[in-house]
Amino acid sequence: MKSRFDLSPPVRWLRAAAVVVAGLLALTACSTANPLTSATPSAGSSSAPATLVVGSQQYYSNEIIAELYAQALEAKGFKITRQFQIGQREVYLPELIAGKVDVFPEYSGNLLQYLDKAATAKSGAEVMAALPDALPDGLRILGAAEATDQDSYNVTKEFAAKHGLVSIEDLAKVGGAIKVGANSEFAKRPYGPIGLKGVYGLDVSVISIDDSGGPLTVKALKDGKIQLADIYSADPSIATNEFVTLTDPKNLILPQNVVPVVSAKVDTTAAAIIDKVSAELSTAELVGLNAISVKDQSSSAVIAKAWLTAKGLL
Amino acid sequence: MNLFAQAIAWLTDPANQGGPDGIWTRSLEHVWYTVIAVVLACLVAIPLGYLVGHTGRGRGLVVVSSGAARALPSLGVVTVAGLILGIGLTAPMIALILLAIPSILAGAYAGLEAIDRQTIDAARAVGMSEWQILTRVEMPLGLPLLLGGVRSAVLQVVATATLAAYVGSGGLGRPMFLGLKTQDYAQMLAASLVVVVLALVLEGAFELIERLAQRRFAPVPSTST
Repeated sequence: MKSRFDLSPPVRWLRAAAVVVAGLLALTACSTANPLTSATPSAGSSSAPATLVVGSQQYYSNEIIAELYAQALEAKGFKITRQFQIGQREVYLPELIAGKVDVFPEYSGNLLQYLDKAATAKSGAEVMAALPDALPDGLRILGAAEATDQDSYNVTKEFAAKHGLVSIEDLAKVGGAIKVGANSEFAKRPYGPIGLKGVYGLDVSVISIDDSGGPLTVKALKDGKIQLADIYSADPSIATNEFVTLTDPKNLILPQNVVPVVSAKVDTTAAAIIDKVSAELSTAELVGLNAISVKDQSSSAVIAKAWLTAKGLL
Repeated sequence: MNLFAQAIAWLTDPANQGGPDGIWTRSLEHVWYTVIAVVLACLVAIPLGYLVGHTGRGRGLVVVSSGAARALPSLGVVTVAGLILGIGLTAPMIALILLAIPSILAGAYAGLEAIDRQTIDAARAVGMSEWQILTRVEMPLGLPLLLGGVRSAVLQVVATATLAAYVGSGGLGRPMFLGLKTQDYAQMLAASLVVVVLALVLEGAFELIERLAQRRFAPVPSTST
């Protein structure tokens, strides 16, 4: 038995050394090229001009919106290829620029900040005005929906009532250390602790809870482990738990209106169809769509079909 | 400069070393979580393993349940425990202890089972009580295998303790998650390298401890094996 104790020490050390060397070699081999950003595109064929590729982020709510565009276009005779769950902006935006994706639901503020790091636009209108110039050639935006899905600061109803909180500014009245629960990247974001200090003069400590304002964050807020939670404004849990979203009078958080980014292949007919979807999409509607997804676990296709039918867009 | 060099540069930058969010603090937290989890797991697993190994009863149950525990996805356990108990250290600790128990348990009972039956019979024949057989014969002879079990538990826990950051408890998962989410892959790799180094250091420490134990409690070579 116990074979590992039978090896003489030099043999064992040799073996250990070999393992370490092999590991280091593997590491250096991996790191010569960055494996995480060199995603190879895998979009559908671009031969037939009538075929449009609709993409979405790896975010259930974004996929639902993409599905709304896709089905509305299909209903009017367009052929649609779906490229959903493409992950993050760093990956899908090059796909759009390369012409491999034609329609993509985006969020105005984050898109502008990604395209133009020096952007100074603060309000929703300013962001929309700055976007066309910031977009690379060949891409354009269509009209933005009224719906926004953006980071928002939330407190419990009791906490808001106790301290008389309406806006982020009012947090100064709370006194003591305020703990904010948010994803880990929040610590580095301009609307995070740096912005709270710079714009509102608030000192906060960050408790990183990496579920994007999901159930763990909600529970932490309800338990009082944190006083402030960063939850996306279209998340149905805000209403379900009667959280109070603090207003942002100094525009710390960039507005994130849902806005479709499209390629040159999207003609005026297709653009008009997408515009009709955007016109119906208010924040309340978006929260409703997300709530169906969270509660019923229905697929985005089913949710989108029901909504489009109800709005008479199919 | 490749990613590997960037990670080394990130680690050697003094700005990333000190302070409450520095790599030293995070490493200490990480080691501390590992120690707590393994010690608590030992308190549960060693007595249970000795009970099973000494009496020879309940082995099937222990094998099946510890096998099932091994199959639990740790992130799932953290999330479920977090939803019940809230954020903090308790939820990741439960996941880490569940992760550590199977190896330690297996090491404890396998160490006792592997002892030559004649040795134990001889101990009984010279009039040792069951307690004396356990503490003076079985425990010393079973020590190398138990240490092997603890060693593998430590390795698994040190690699998985990064999950503590998922529910706001720090450790080396904090810079790792932050790097992942902000596309700062140098930072992510740097934190991973520290975990790798910690694992190697702990491996080295266990190699030494096992050798000492082997020298101290080496069984007399027997002709029957």
